[in-house]
Amino acid sequence: MLAIIASTIVISCKKNDTEPAPNPNLTGSLEVEFENFVGTQKFAFGTTYTNPNTNETFTPSMLRYFITNIELKASNGTIFTVPQNDSYFLIDQEKPESLKFTLNSIPEGDYNEISFTIGVDSLRNTKPVGERTGNLDISGTAQGMYWSWNSGYIFVKFEGSSPQSTAVDQKYRYHIGGFGGYSSKTINCVRKKTLSFGKDVAKVRTNAAPTVHLITDVMKLFNGSTQLKIADNNTVMFSPFGINIANNYVDMFSYDHVHND
Amino acid sequence: MKYIFYVGILILGACKQQPQEPQIQFQNPSNFPEPHYNLSRNPVTTEGFKLGKMLFFDSILSRDGTISCGSCHIQSSAFTQHGHDLSHGIDDQLTLRNAPPIMNLAWQKEFFWDGGVFDLDLFALAPIEAHNEMDESIANVLNKLRKHPKYPQMFERAFGTSEITLDRFLKALSQFQLMAISANSKYDKYIRNEGVTLTTDELAGLELFKVKCSSCHQGELFTDLSYRNNGMIPQRFKLNGIDTIDTGRERITLNPNDQFKFKVPSLRNVEITRPYMHNGSLRTLEQVLDHYQTGVKDHPTLDPVLKQNGKLGIDLTNDEKKKIIEFLKTLTDEEFLKNPILSEENP
Repeated sequence: MLAIIASTIVISCKKNDTEPAPNPNLTGSLEVEFENFVGTQKFAFGTTYTNPNTNETFTPSMLRYFITNIELKASNGTIFTVPQNDSYFLIDQEKPESLKFTLNSIPEGDYNEISFTIGVDSLRNTKPVGERTGNLDISGTAQGMYWSWNSGYIFVKFEGSSPQSTAVDQKYRYHIGGFGGYSSKTINCVRKKTLSFGKDVAKVRTNAAPTVHLITDVMKLFNGSTQLKIADNNTVMFSPFGINIANNYVDMFSYDHVHND
Repeated sequence: MKYIFYVGILILGACKQQPQEPQIQFQNPSNFPEPHYNLSRNPVTTEGFKLGKMLFFDSILSRDGTISCGSCHIQSSAFTQHGHDLSHGIDDQLTLRNAPPIMNLAWQKEFFWDGGVFDLDLFALAPIEAHNEMDESIANVLNKLRKHPKYPQMFERAFGTSEITLDRFLKALSQFQLMAISANSKYDKYIRNEGVTLTTDELAGLELFKVKCSSCHQGELFTDLSYRNNGMIPQRFKLNGIDTIDTGRERITLNPNDQFKFKVPSLRNVEITRPYMHNGSLRTLEQVLDHYQTGVKDHPTLDPVLKQNGKLGIDLTNDEKKKIIEFLKTLTDEEFLKNPILSEENP
């Protein structure tokens, strides 16, 4: 009996030994995955959804948004800021590979909070073209996510059709952007979101890359501090109303779960 | 024998000598301020300029290969579209505004009549992608250039790599446009004391201009680069079948105080850039001066200099208007308008 207890103690000690405290001198990676939803249903092109608030129906055909300037906070309070040049991602429902991305060279740690910007910060919006490569290349990944006549990135693009739209083609088009203006002040639709993982932690280790799973509920783009009705606003692009939509879309995002492998 | 050997070398040397190509270099005219464009970021080189020039005059930039930058920006009209009130784009569609000159762009801070683009390197994207201008995606332009028999080699010469990127494409176009410098008008030669004199009327016009016009058309660039409502009547019109009103700078800032404001244009080469104003609605310089004398319409955003002591417009006599126009004609720069380096006929 004593032997059994002793061996149990030994085993539990050993178990603790297999999970050493994170060593901040070592680095690992973390994957962030976005899953798009409409209310409680998974987002799919061609599917018709009903907004319970307005009874409007809509069938999405495009959903893209920039997730940038990512920060991770560890349970001990340490904040890791992803180097800015590597911190621009375009989530595009049409491209499944874009729905998740890997952040590298993260100091080992138990992370329980993620912060990011929805959109492209004003500084990067005014950088020379040579510093807008990768996911910001407007001749590449970011094609269609830029206003060339009014220099600036489009942050969120959500399009589809709806019988409630009064547009000739019955479409709705929301192209939201605006970084605050270059020489004159204008609308700013850059929004920052912080999501806590609650009691969960993402254990980043040299040999363990956790995945943080986030949910984007597009229904909240309609239903937020402003009730967006397709019947009233089928097209919102660079306009003051964009601010209302930005105030709605900041709340589209929520934390769902983490996989520690 | 030794002597003959030397002769041989000389002949060989002479044979090797090819006709000297002009070396392209950006030079700041002595009467101009420092350029706003950051030339250290994109130094103008002979090969970069040649590439930019070829791109500028190549309709490969448009969807169907019919429109080049040079289609609406013609050198002999100071790179404007001579005689068109609104410039013409693809499928014979109209654009919203009169094509501004491509001239002295290194000193511009923002581009377009509404200043919507804040970097010359970002400028070309707009006409390429506009549905009523070239209607082509920039990605497709680059793909066409990559497959082109000549362009990869020209990028190689200009940038040391045949890899065609957006950055290099835009920089090459900027290099050509940066060299469109107009600084050799009669006025320039007079102001730089290069042995040119102005006539009595031209001089009188210059003095009047300083008093009546230079609060907006300031300095050696003849613009303070600001946005102002100059009292043109805002009109609704059908643009390619769509009911339109051009609100100017307000489109960019969304600020109602900017409604109907447009950038103060430079007056260099103004004699040959008619028609005038953002919508090309005034056909002659006389009409422009008449507008400022009697045509200014009141509006909440009207520029205060056009409504002093409650009186609309600028106080001008017919004689004064004539002299001002005499002066404005001294801003015509024949060397620029005929500069072979910038000419489409001289690739």
